[in-house]
Amino acid sequence: MREILIDCLLVFAVGGGFCVIAQLLIDYTKITPARILVTYVVAGVILTAVGIYEPLVKLAGCGATTPLTGFGYSHARGVEYAVRDRGLVGALTGGLSGTAGGITAAMTCGFIAALVFNGKPKT
Amino acid sequence: MTEGFASIGKNRGVLTVPNPPTIRAWATVVGKKEHDGPLGGDFDLHAEDDRFGMDTWEKAESEMQRLALGLLLKKSGCREEDIGAVFAGDLLNQCTGSSFGLLDYGIPYFGLYGACSTMAEGMMLSSLLVGGGYFSQAAAVCSSHFCSAERQFRTPIEYGGQRTPTAQWTVTGSGAVLLSADGCGPYITEVLPGISVQKGITDANNMGAAMAPAAIDTLARYFASSGAQPDDFDAILTGDLGQVGHDITADMLYAMGYDIRRVYNDCGLMIYSSQSQDVHAGGSGCGCSASVICGHVLKKFACGDYKNILFVGTGALMSTTSVQQGLPIAGIAHLVRISAEKPAGTIGG
Amino acid sequence: MNLDAKTYQNYVKAYAKKSPSPKNCIAAFLVGGSICLLAEGFYRLYLHLGLAEASVRILTPVTIIVLTAIATGFGVFDCLAKFAGAGTLVPISGFANAVTSPAIDNKAEGLVMGVGAKMFIIAGPVIVYGTLASVIWGVIYYFLHGRGIV
Repeated sequence: MREILIDCLLVFAVGGGFCVIAQLLIDYTKITPARILVTYVVAGVILTAVGIYEPLVKLAGCGATTPLTGFGYSHARGVEYAVRDRGLVGALTGGLSGTAGGITAAMTCGFIAALVFNGKPKT
Repeated sequence: MTEGFASIGKNRGVLTVPNPPTIRAWATVVGKKEHDGPLGGDFDLHAEDDRFGMDTWEKAESEMQRLALGLLLKKSGCREEDIGAVFAGDLLNQCTGSSFGLLDYGIPYFGLYGACSTMAEGMMLSSLLVGGGYFSQAAAVCSSHFCSAERQFRTPIEYGGQRTPTAQWTVTGSGAVLLSADGCGPYITEVLPGISVQKGITDANNMGAAMAPAAIDTLARYFASSGAQPDDFDAILTGDLGQVGHDITADMLYAMGYDIRRVYNDCGLMIYSSQSQDVHAGGSGCGCSASVICGHVLKKFACGDYKNILFVGTGALMSTTSVQQGLPIAGIAHLVRISAEKPAGTIGG
Repeated sequence: MNLDAKTYQNYVKAYAKKSPSPKNCIAAFLVGGSICLLAEGFYRLYLHLGLAEASVRILTPVTIIVLTAIATGFGVFDCLAKFAGAGTLVPISGFANAVTSPAIDNKAEGLVMGVGAKMFIIAGPVIVYGTLASVIWGVIYYFLHGRGIV
């Protein structure tokens, strides 16, 4: 029980921590939210490449995989797997296959939402 | 112009409108948030869901202009053929809000783009043409809609993001005025066309700061060329500078020797409650000054609270492309003086 | 009064209110942490239900994406995001909202050029640069792996 609680705290702290860094960038620099998303994904690929992200995922689970850096981690993991499996051509296929689930789910949900919902005014 | 402010040379001072035309009628149509604001009771029509019965936000904006001009005709008792021309504008690409909204009316149409200064620009041009004797009556209409503006200039409506404290909220509203050669006031007696002024502001979330130099330039030229003093007016109202632009304008004009602070306010600060409506620096958009002037201010003239005011419509001249390419945002400010009485010695007065 | 652009820009800085950062950071931390914790909950639930770990790794973010799409459609996601800032932006919910919101918003422009094309107006760059970075890492990895370094 105590172990689960510690795990949950780690998930919360790491996930929340990623968000706080982004919030500081939004509030104190001119970086727009769209650029933050791009930066986070690329940072996720780099951190995985240098071997920092894998231990973080082991430590914090979804606290590390849910932020967009985790999307970059999936890109990097996917490409590593594909290169081992198929050689250099894997560099072209691995990144997208690693993130295919997320991207396809977002596209499918987006399309269904567009069919079902209409825009609402903001108040 | 990027350096300094314009000198008051030939052709840069105030224009006295010949045979000052009367603002014979006015009409406003607003959204729910504006209706819920402090001036809510001053507006003629509002919609509960901001859609005005239409299936797109762009059609909703056009519908607001159609309703505003229709109401204007009804209030003034005029028919379409009595009106010489209508000057109309909005913020949408190629001014489709106005052109589509006014399709139903068989009135000669001039599409204007003065960004959020369009109401002042329309009032200025129609007053000059009516005063100059070209038309016996002319109308000015403009609008903005939060959702159509958000879609065009910022992000999708349902996109989750935070606004910076300097950002402004686009007013969902439309205002219309009818100017007539005959009538007993209030009159448009003087106008001063704005000069675009650019001071290197590139942040599209800080339009107040981008527009303030233009408002300062126009007001300084007005005071210097007309000899009028700020205290001659019951109110000096800028269009949509918001909190940031309002403070800059008041302070810089004070430093230049014109203390407008006692009578100065900004339509963007009047239309919403800064405490309860979460609009950050205030309202913006063509519909902001249009609804405040045509709803609130002209009502004050009708009941005698105002005798003399300056309305300075302010606009930020930019597009999404220019902002993405990093180009600075220029401002423009058109001035219109509205008076309950014709100045002594006016031609035809 | 003469005023050059540089002087004016410095002058303006004093007037612009700063974002309330400590408050924003706390909100981002709490909401962002909660979304990750929710994901962790689904992750453990799916494992508990006996699903293969490889599937669970995909199903967990997909669950957050589906929930975000629903919240976006009902118009509640943007209200939460206004409070949470980076707390909803950085988790996969930010990506899902970036795809779903223009899809709903551009319905009137048609299913192809409206929904289909505008879906990626914000999220597209994320996919482009993430994929580009993975290609570069893939090539490097190929040589490192060939020499037995990784």
